[in-house]
Amino acid sequence: MRLLIVEDDLEAAEYLRKALREAGHVAELARDGEEGLHAAIDGEFDVLVVDRMLPKREGLSLISELRARGDTTPVLILSALGQVDDRVTGLRAGGDDYLTKPYAFSELLARVEALSRRTAPQAADTLYRVGDLDLDRLSHRVTRGGKEIPLQPREFRLLEYLMRHAGQVVTRTMLLENVWDYHFDPQTNVIDVHVSRLRSKIDKGFDRALLHTVRGAGYMIRDGAR
Amino acid sequence: MTALGKLVRTTAFKIIAVYLIVFALFAAGVIAYLARHTQQLVVSQITETVDAEMRSLQEEFTVGGINRLVDVVEARAQQPGSNLYLVTTFAGAAIVGNVEVPNETLGRPGWSEISYRRAEDPDDRHVSRALVRVSVLPGGFRLLVGRDFEERDRLRQILAKPARWAVVFLVILGVGGGLFIARRVLKRIDAMTETSDRIMAGDLSGRLPVAGSGDEFDRLANSLNAMLERIEGLMTGVKQVSDNIAHDLKTPLTRLRNQAEEALRASKSEADYRAALEATIEESDALIRTFDALLMISRAEAGEVRTHMADFDAADVANSVGELYEPLAEEKGLKFVVEAEPPLPCHGNRELIGQALANLVDNAIKHGEPVTPGIAGEVRVHARAAGGRILLTVADRGPGIPDGERRHVLERFVRLEASRSRPGAGLGLSLAAAVARLHGGELLLEDNNPGLRATLAIPVPAR
Repeated sequence: MRLLIVEDDLEAAEYLRKALREAGHVAELARDGEEGLHAAIDGEFDVLVVDRMLPKREGLSLISELRARGDTTPVLILSALGQVDDRVTGLRAGGDDYLTKPYAFSELLARVEALSRRTAPQAADTLYRVGDLDLDRLSHRVTRGGKEIPLQPREFRLLEYLMRHAGQVVTRTMLLENVWDYHFDPQTNVIDVHVSRLRSKIDKGFDRALLHTVRGAGYMIRDGAR
Repeated sequence: MTALGKLVRTTAFKIIAVYLIVFALFAAGVIAYLARHTQQLVVSQITETVDAEMRSLQEEFTVGGINRLVDVVEARAQQPGSNLYLVTTFAGAAIVGNVEVPNETLGRPGWSEISYRRAEDPDDRHVSRALVRVSVLPGGFRLLVGRDFEERDRLRQILAKPARWAVVFLVILGVGGGLFIARRVLKRIDAMTETSDRIMAGDLSGRLPVAGSGDEFDRLANSLNAMLERIEGLMTGVKQVSDNIAHDLKTPLTRLRNQAEEALRASKSEADYRAALEATIEESDALIRTFDALLMISRAEAGEVRTHMADFDAADVANSVGELYEPLAEEKGLKFVVEAEPPLPCHGNRELIGQALANLVDNAIKHGEPVTPGIAGEVRVHARAAGGRILLTVADRGPGIPDGERRHVLERFVRLEASRSRPGAGLGLSLAAAVARLHGGELLLEDNNPGLRATLAIPVPAR
């Protein structure tokens, strides 16, 4: 994946570039809003990571300008401004996701990967399949090995989100945001309890586990045989 | 600035000066009008008198000729305070009379105003003014009858002197009164200025003096005092906040530092270092959470989040938060009940209210393990509308909060000593209270016999 990091703090940007390279991605740096805008227009990037408070051109203005030019490259806004309102203004300006500093790198990586997948066509598919687990988004039916698994509505949405991002790490906050539509830090392991319930329904009694815990990061659903 | 200069610059003084000028002009106008009117009256009386005299003398002439006229005039002219009389020949030589007039006056029949001298005492050089009428009699004789303006002049004097004094008095009284009132006003304002200077110097407990008369100054002082009260409250709050921030952040920071130091000193293997670093990250995450919560509370207190208010269903929030926490409660062996029947239309920030409710539920699950024998653990979330408010209640069966401390716990950032030692607890109630206040509502804490009943009361705007 090719990323553009627009960040004026050189140390933070270098750290991010290095960490992304270790995760197998290529990242370019831009130090201010103007440089970032030009780089974003000229280069072909899969995801942009944009800080909000930038010299020369504010991060949100960069994003609005890009969107006004018809550029739909996914943008992750990275900012120290983390209040409810800041998130709303960030997303209204055209950002696709919002991450508050300080952040865990695993969280950033998971979100960036989820954003790159967002542009992929299978997001619109009606049928998700991981191994022998099938989820039909239209009939709301989940089957594994042809056997139907009854799920509560919220469990269905949880599984749906995990399967849409199959093979990717999904963090707890991503789940809270996308499945429950809350953006606060729940402070306790509420999400873990929900995931372990779901796991007991879809994995229990089958010899191959599909729903995995990624230590220090979150969860991932994938076909273990792969 | 001199005291007088300060006085002259006051608003009260300026107002009084303007009133004084307007009033003086008005008074002068009234006096002038009266004087003019009275004088006209006097003049018309003089005219009438002269006319009557003239008529009677002409009759005498018609009856008895010039001789008779001369006799009558002579007799009348002798009387004291008499009219002015003069009879002359055609050539203008005086025959009889008590006045000397210039010749051209006699040449002009009719009314005229003249200067004259009394004829009887030639030493008297006094020249007076008079209104006279001249008639030409048959035979070329001329008859002059007139009356002195003395009355008019005396009247004018009578009026003018008191009028002048009246104006002088008016000005003196006005200026004096103005000074008096301005000084009184100034004194109170000076007192206010003095107090505010003292308050600005740092004595926030100072209050402006209230005279108790309920006048404008009292009203001003009262509202300023209310403002000071609020400022003092805020300042105390800020101090409390910084104290608590210092505590809430320094404690984990110290732990963080100790852990790092400990790792450096005692770690032998890579696994040891890894464990220490992981513990460090965990600790800093907790620190960030605490910091976020503090920031969020202070922003909510400052009323900053007001922009993104919208309509939403409070029952949905109760249900979704309930659903989020239900497995956690079950895992802890607590019965979990949510009672929320939509629709419960509410206006506010759904995200914040959800977070506040989540905090209450989280608190209830963490602290809700029953301590009373014979009582089963239970967390009950209840949403309803009552009295123009949406009430979101979370009730548990835990130890609750002692009566005395319940009020105390709602004060900003105050945490129960017992809960301070437990990680992750404590700020939840403060945050919920801040969110409630932000929406113009409140957080109510009641006894659930046993347990704690926390209610977010959010007023719903009438439509």
